[in-house]
Amino acid sequence: MAMDDPRVVVVGAGPAGVRAAEALVKHGLRPLVIDEAPLSGGQIYRRPPPGFRRTTKELYGFEAAKAEAIHRTFDGLTDVIDYRPRTLAWNVQDRVLYTACDDVVTPVSFDALLLATGATDRVLPFPGWTLPGVYTMGGSQVALKHQGCAVGRRMVFLGSTPLLYLVAYQYARAGAEVAAVLDTAPFSAKVRAVPKLLSNTSMFVKGLYTMAALHRLGVAIEHGVRPVAVEGDDAVAGLRYRRRGEGEVRIDCDAVAFGFGLRPESQLADLADCDFRFDPVFHQWLPQCADDGRAGEGIYLAGDGARIGGADAAEVSGELAALSLIEDLGGGPGDKARSVELSRRLSSLVRFQAGLAGAFPWPADMARSLPDNAIVCRCERVTAGEVRQAVQRPLGGGCEINRAKAFSRIGMGRCQGRFCGLSSAEISAAAQDRDISSVGRLRGAGPVKPIKLATVLDE
Amino acid sequence: METIGTDVVIVGGGLMGCSAALDLSRKGRSVVVLERGFVGAQASGVNFGLLRRQDRFLPQLPLANRAVEIWHRLENVVGEDCEVEIRGHLRFALDDEDMAVIEDYAAGAREYDFEIEILGGETLRRRWPWLSDRVVGAGWSPDDGVANPRLVTPAYARAARAAGADIREEHEAVEMTHDGGGFRIVTQNGLEVRASIMLNTAGAWSHHVSANFGEPVPLTAIGPPEAVTEPVPYFIEPTIQRVGSPVVVRQVQRGNVIIAGKPRGIADNVTNRAYVAPRSTLANMRKALEVVPSLGSLNLIRVWSGIEAALPDNLPVLGPSLTTPGLFHAFGFSGHGFQIGPAVGVVLSELAIDGRTETPIEPFTMGRFADYEGEGSDA
Repeated sequence: MAMDDPRVVVVGAGPAGVRAAEALVKHGLRPLVIDEAPLSGGQIYRRPPPGFRRTTKELYGFEAAKAEAIHRTFDGLTDVIDYRPRTLAWNVQDRVLYTACDDVVTPVSFDALLLATGATDRVLPFPGWTLPGVYTMGGSQVALKHQGCAVGRRMVFLGSTPLLYLVAYQYARAGAEVAAVLDTAPFSAKVRAVPKLLSNTSMFVKGLYTMAALHRLGVAIEHGVRPVAVEGDDAVAGLRYRRRGEGEVRIDCDAVAFGFGLRPESQLADLADCDFRFDPVFHQWLPQCADDGRAGEGIYLAGDGARIGGADAAEVSGELAALSLIEDLGGGPGDKARSVELSRRLSSLVRFQAGLAGAFPWPADMARSLPDNAIVCRCERVTAGEVRQAVQRPLGGGCEINRAKAFSRIGMGRCQGRFCGLSSAEISAAAQDRDISSVGRLRGAGPVKPIKLATVLDE
Repeated sequence: METIGTDVVIVGGGLMGCSAALDLSRKGRSVVVLERGFVGAQASGVNFGLLRRQDRFLPQLPLANRAVEIWHRLENVVGEDCEVEIRGHLRFALDDEDMAVIEDYAAGAREYDFEIEILGGETLRRRWPWLSDRVVGAGWSPDDGVANPRLVTPAYARAARAAGADIREEHEAVEMTHDGGGFRIVTQNGLEVRASIMLNTAGAWSHHVSANFGEPVPLTAIGPPEAVTEPVPYFIEPTIQRVGSPVVVRQVQRGNVIIAGKPRGIADNVTNRAYVAPRSTLANMRKALEVVPSLGSLNLIRVWSGIEAALPDNLPVLGPSLTTPGLFHAFGFSGHGFQIGPAVGVVLSELAIDGRTETPIEPFTMGRFADYEGEGSDA
């Protein structure tokens, strides 16, 4: 694929996209970098809007130095790349990426496409999760980090994710009352994960520090709980939950932040015809790519958009994918030594993430036993009972997830199944006593996010 | 190997196959339906749901009229609510030239007992104030409407099964022979079916069936580009389409506006994937706005497609095989089979039982492709 002036496109300006762009520039390329956000940094190193004055230390805590490095690096690139912020990459077909900004669509032909699209919260519904005042963990963190506001005064943090402790800690430090931290995983899951977690001692220590700090602040931390329901008429008034082997407990609160890990924003990888497999460790469908980011001819994946690895792995995999891309473009052998070094670091980080996935497991039983009247798909207001009814009906196609969608409407709304897909699959599989990996995944289609009908094509 | 003897074997569990199965079963015939995937999952399930007669090939109107009669009482026929909404179809004109096309068609349709009311611009805007000011007139057919395609074919299949039909999903016919006495069909999972009558209703895979019996056809797979907006309060009651434009717009009662059009996208009948071309989505969005300008602020949230079969003259094959006695074909509906589907099923049932039907189907003869020597096309 040797060419004089290759068209290289990077989607995403988080840690993976920034490091990829940096490597491409270093090797003499001028990539087009497309990012949905108005400012670079991605979700984790998201920058506050102009005029906000909190320091990077206040915003990013332990990770302040890394955030500053990413921001500095990208700011140094903007003159030597073609940077398009506030731009949605909404479809890809026949080696053309379709972008939209201010209701204008610009098709972009590419020779190589590097997708660093990041991740979103992996949602697991429970009764009352659609009440105003219930936020995903990532959403509540963004509110604090980006806008400097808390989503509640007295908050409960619930779920199974490393962010559970971190975000609770960040809210406590910001002045919110943390009524409880409720971990759905048993403590034993964390103990079992220790050997793998020790592969990244500094991250492991930071995690322990956060938990200890919450203890010092007097925050109640419980393990192995199951939420029963969020209470309240039109806003959160409390949360009922079950302790292991005990009865129900009710706790007063005006906001609940819940999280069950992350899921890659892999819709563009899907539309670019990447292969997908169900990953039993991360318990979800993931686009397949080699460790060096290669995911098909001219397609490269990096960061959490490919597999959940966290910010450090995103930086490493972004640069690594860029080096693979450069090598494939025929611009020389790339930088073999550097690739080898990056691969070695990446595999250690991936091992740590596998440990995290074990320490913070997805509680599949919560979805499988969700009461019939609980909403699974909030866009279309589809309940768990309606999903079960659809898959159990004769000649309804069984529990194949796209058939379940056709008959129950799950995943047909604004989010296109990004948030209800996995839980719906879990419910469908359980209704037919099947393994989740056997029910398939929702097929992707563009636009991957809504575009206005009045959008015009610019060529 | 399991072997079943039956009166009729139907290859393809779409709307045509399942409605034929229901009619045959209710008339006391034993039926086996072999569906390679799931019933109604391809063209029958992914189309726009349009029950439109205007602009149909005029000699197809007897079939379409027969279908109208079934659609209007579908819930009684299949025993399930399939979201049939008879709220009329509006085919409108932006200039006098377009209007002449509508009036010409209305005159032709009258010969086939299909009455189209001609409405002027002022009448139209009084009744439907959201229509663009540019609309000068329209043909109005109040007995047309829409149905939910995802629900219709499975409902037919369940009704047929309740009436005694043996419906097998995930049974792909891989061997098909006729030995003079009857048909022998073997599926990929080892089911053998013997029957004296066979119906080929295999949609975008029908050319494999017909070629197997020495009747190749120039069939291609196509994918209709369908798109849907976020929901807004219900206000578009009829389905609307401009003369000469492939773009058709409707709103479902739950609020979403559905837009379909052309060009048809890539449909792969090997991998079972159909893609909507982004440029089709954008072009159809723009054309929808020409008709209903107030839709501009809505978000488009989803597109979909599926695998339909088309023939070069955009007409289906419906009728007896010219090589094999007892074999009847119904395929290649070229993007407009949904409305006539229930009538096609009844016609197939009549052909299977009596060898003839009162409904004129001569224009759809297999003889059109007697000289064709290719293989049709897989994606």
